[in-house]
Amino acid sequence: MAHLFNSTLTSSSPSLRRFSTVSKPSLNPITTTRRKMRIQAKIREIFMPALSSTMTEGKIVSWIRSEGDKLSKGESVVVVESDKADMDVETFYDGYLAVIMVEEGGVASVGSAIALLAETEAEIADAKSKASNSSPISTAPPPKSDPPPALADLAPSPAVATTPAAAVVVASAVHPASEGGRRIVASPYAKKLAKDLSVDLSGVVGSGPMGRVVAKDVEAAAMTVATAATTAPTVGAAKPAPVPGIELGSVVPFTTMQSAVSRNMLESLAVPTFRVGYTINTDALDALYKKIKSKGVTMTALLAKATALALVKHPIVSSSCKDGKSFTYNSSINIAVAVAIDGGLITPVLQDADKVDIYSLSRKWKELVDKARAKQLQPHEYNTGTFTLSNLGMFGVDRFDAILPPGTGAIMAVGASQPTVVATKDGRIGMKSQMQVNVTADHRIIYGADLASFLQTLAKIIEDPKDLTL
Amino acid sequence: MQSSLSLSLSSSSSIVTRSDRKVLQGNTFFAGKCSITPRSLRFCGLRSEVYGLQYSNSARLVAASLNRRHLKKVSAALSDNGTPSKFDYDLVIIGAGVGGHGAALHAVEKGLKTAIIEGDVIGGTCVNRGCVPSKALLAVSGRMRELQNEHHMKAFGLQVAAAGYDRQAVSDHANNLASKIRSNLTNSLKALGVDILTGAGTVVGPQKVKYGTDNVITARDIIIATGSVPFVPKGIEVDGKTVITSDHALKLEFVPDWIAIVGSGYIGLEFSDVYTALGSEVTFVEALDQLMPGFDPEIGKLAQRVLINPRKIDYHTGVFASKITPAKDGKPVTIELIDAKTKEPKGTLEVDAALIATGRAPYTSGLGLENINVETQRGFVPVDERMRVIDTNGKSVPHLYCIGDANGKMMLAHAASAQGISVVEQVCGKDHVLNHSSIPAACFTHPEISMVGLTEPQAREKAEKEGFEVSVAKTSFKANTKALAENEGEGLAKLIYRPDNGEILGVHIFGLHAADLIHEASNAIAMGTRIQDLKFAVHAHPTLSEVLDELFKSAKVKADVSSPVGEPVAA
Repeated sequence: MAHLFNSTLTSSSPSLRRFSTVSKPSLNPITTTRRKMRIQAKIREIFMPALSSTMTEGKIVSWIRSEGDKLSKGESVVVVESDKADMDVETFYDGYLAVIMVEEGGVASVGSAIALLAETEAEIADAKSKASNSSPISTAPPPKSDPPPALADLAPSPAVATTPAAAVVVASAVHPASEGGRRIVASPYAKKLAKDLSVDLSGVVGSGPMGRVVAKDVEAAAMTVATAATTAPTVGAAKPAPVPGIELGSVVPFTTMQSAVSRNMLESLAVPTFRVGYTINTDALDALYKKIKSKGVTMTALLAKATALALVKHPIVSSSCKDGKSFTYNSSINIAVAVAIDGGLITPVLQDADKVDIYSLSRKWKELVDKARAKQLQPHEYNTGTFTLSNLGMFGVDRFDAILPPGTGAIMAVGASQPTVVATKDGRIGMKSQMQVNVTADHRIIYGADLASFLQTLAKIIEDPKDLTL
Repeated sequence: MQSSLSLSLSSSSSIVTRSDRKVLQGNTFFAGKCSITPRSLRFCGLRSEVYGLQYSNSARLVAASLNRRHLKKVSAALSDNGTPSKFDYDLVIIGAGVGGHGAALHAVEKGLKTAIIEGDVIGGTCVNRGCVPSKALLAVSGRMRELQNEHHMKAFGLQVAAAGYDRQAVSDHANNLASKIRSNLTNSLKALGVDILTGAGTVVGPQKVKYGTDNVITARDIIIATGSVPFVPKGIEVDGKTVITSDHALKLEFVPDWIAIVGSGYIGLEFSDVYTALGSEVTFVEALDQLMPGFDPEIGKLAQRVLINPRKIDYHTGVFASKITPAKDGKPVTIELIDAKTKEPKGTLEVDAALIATGRAPYTSGLGLENINVETQRGFVPVDERMRVIDTNGKSVPHLYCIGDANGKMMLAHAASAQGISVVEQVCGKDHVLNHSSIPAACFTHPEISMVGLTEPQAREKAEKEGFEVSVAKTSFKANTKALAENEGEGLAKLIYRPDNGEILGVHIFGLHAADLIHEASNAIAMGTRIQDLKFAVHAHPTLSEVLDELFKSAKVKADVSSPVGEPVAA
């Protein structure tokens, strides 16, 4: 380690000492060995000090000063949490805080460098380049700049960003309290959250009294950014670019919703799932949609209806296994459909989708979406699904696969319907609209043959959709 | 050991005896209360101080015979309320707050014929609009905090469903507590035979006081103890509903979504604790560059890390609230901010409510001080170190004293009471100067902050001037077993001392029950106990008091033990 620094970065005695006057032997072995190769120290390392005799590593609570700040001897620079207490740590030398090597929240072992102190302003750049050449010593901060590990695309969780953030325009608002946008009125907690979640308040719609931005608005905005970040690149529109208001390289703690999603995702790992895909011709469905679109029928409702009708014939696919010992044939067919909303993602449920007619179903769907956006869904309206639909096809995704939401038997990922060149049995080549669907199912209760026959039925219904309007 | 026991017994028994007398006279109402009376005195933390001060300075061993004589004297005082003289009263106290009450109790004990004049309700600010009701609210906020802290509960293995509260019931708790303490205070005065004269008191001449419209009485000595009222800077319009002072806030008539608190001292901090626990978001407006001015900087920094940063609080420092307009016609409360130094506009806040906690102003107008050639300074009555009132010529006015908030020396309830006792001592012919540096102060946030003596910068400044060395010792609550058992390891105790002789200059505590822990340090300062001696004092394990034990033990004092402490006391 030390060789990285022995040319210009010679370390001297620990540049930090306890703020307290209670003296403790604070020279650690590492520094003493380094001292031997001391030349003229110009750029000094700031070490993680030993704040107690039992301390082996310390956590950076906060940097009191930031990079580029001029420090004078004896000034507090950083707050370190040891096994016993939080302590302000001060510098032994005058100089400039050139580089912070261990960010707030990071952990470093005693004696490892946490920052570089340059003697003059000119040496800041020098120190920076040295720092970038050397990987931060120590156990360092938790990985922060890496994007979260790519999760299999479970539609119910587009909240989990799987791609680098893309340019996103968050709905902007002009509310009375902002005096035409000149001033942002946000409550203290909203401001705090905005900072934590890296949300630019100027673009957040306030729902509080007199248009004030309150905490839930910020949470919603953060979700929108995250959701949009996942979906935007799939549209293939924008080149990934930094999102305004998002600080790259920052560590963002989970919101309550993200924590819940994370929990559910982990839980899903306990279920042995498998996937079966199928390509379905959609010319007939498209034609039908065009015909009845004017009556307020939506594609989502059509797909839900078709799925529900197929499920009637294959009740096993709509069953669920909760304890691993038995499973339940659910009494009604309730189709949950994943919807990305402000502040997250929710799965409103179309109850008895097999029995309700397509027009009522469409109206019901519209009502559910409105309620979801207003965050007024009742629990039974979003957690009673027996089968989940996730449609990323509307964003041009041609195929994907979904994670099974715990407590249900199967989820179907619906891709985009696209004109495809197809060879027909009579030896001709033609163009047909096709979409790919992919069902993820719990193999403890649903087997390959079950899904195969379910998909066959579904394909039949979609390719000859007259039953949908009955 | 035994001697100290008999001491405390004698003091409490003397109070009980007084009550018993009343019972014998057939006051059945009081029979039920007699056990409460002494306890209420302890609650205010006044009575214990009285004895602490008195006995610490005089002989610590009080013979039983002396006690008995003491009691007789009290009974005598009760029967005729002091010896008759050419004055109507030996002592008249203007203001029945905590200071006046403390003085009255001690005066009766000394055999003085005493009257107390009150224009409002007995108990003053502390009991009715200050310390007492705010503690009721803070007790609620402490519990709410605990119940809401999921992480904390989980660490205990507890599962609690969402905690909620009933605003009216919380408010009632505060009001009930205030009226209970008030009636205890009133009863204790009546039980002692103190005449309670109703009406505003005015000094009409030397040794002459008017109360009400035209009742004039004479007194050998007069104590002004009129206290203070919330200070409202100009430009701020208080409507009592959306722009309020602590007087209104303690009634807790509503819990705003967002409240601005102007001033981040004790009062502001305590209310931020209450309001955030009840779900409000808080914005501090502080004129100085730092939040929590007046606290030791290190304690302030830590407190900010625990009490401000993680909570739903933001702040503007270095700004004045130049104009505050209450909410009306559907408009929110608006607060105009200006830079504290340059006076340039620094923006506007729009909030649901504003609490003005910019300190307290002495309540001294209408006292008739001009009749005796005394001029107030910014409203405060000028006094010397013995609380004697100073006139415009710089001379002390004979037989006139001023204690408590009205003199501005140390605006704390228990300081007022201690000053009152000091004055009574002097009136009775015993010179007494109160050592203010031994008076502790506490802020009842969660966790609490407490302090006594000097802050570190003050101590260093003094050391520079007087040429001695200053050392600092610190211990953390994280190392305390009891604190960890309570999952409340956040906290720091700090000792500022002279390494050459072991004198305690200041102690500052931030942590669980800090307000209760400070007295070991304040008593040590009052009695002049040195650290090298305190090191040998034994603390029960495991208790929070070990934080101080460890603190004293970690101090490095060059002087030797000054007195053989460990010597066994013969039975």
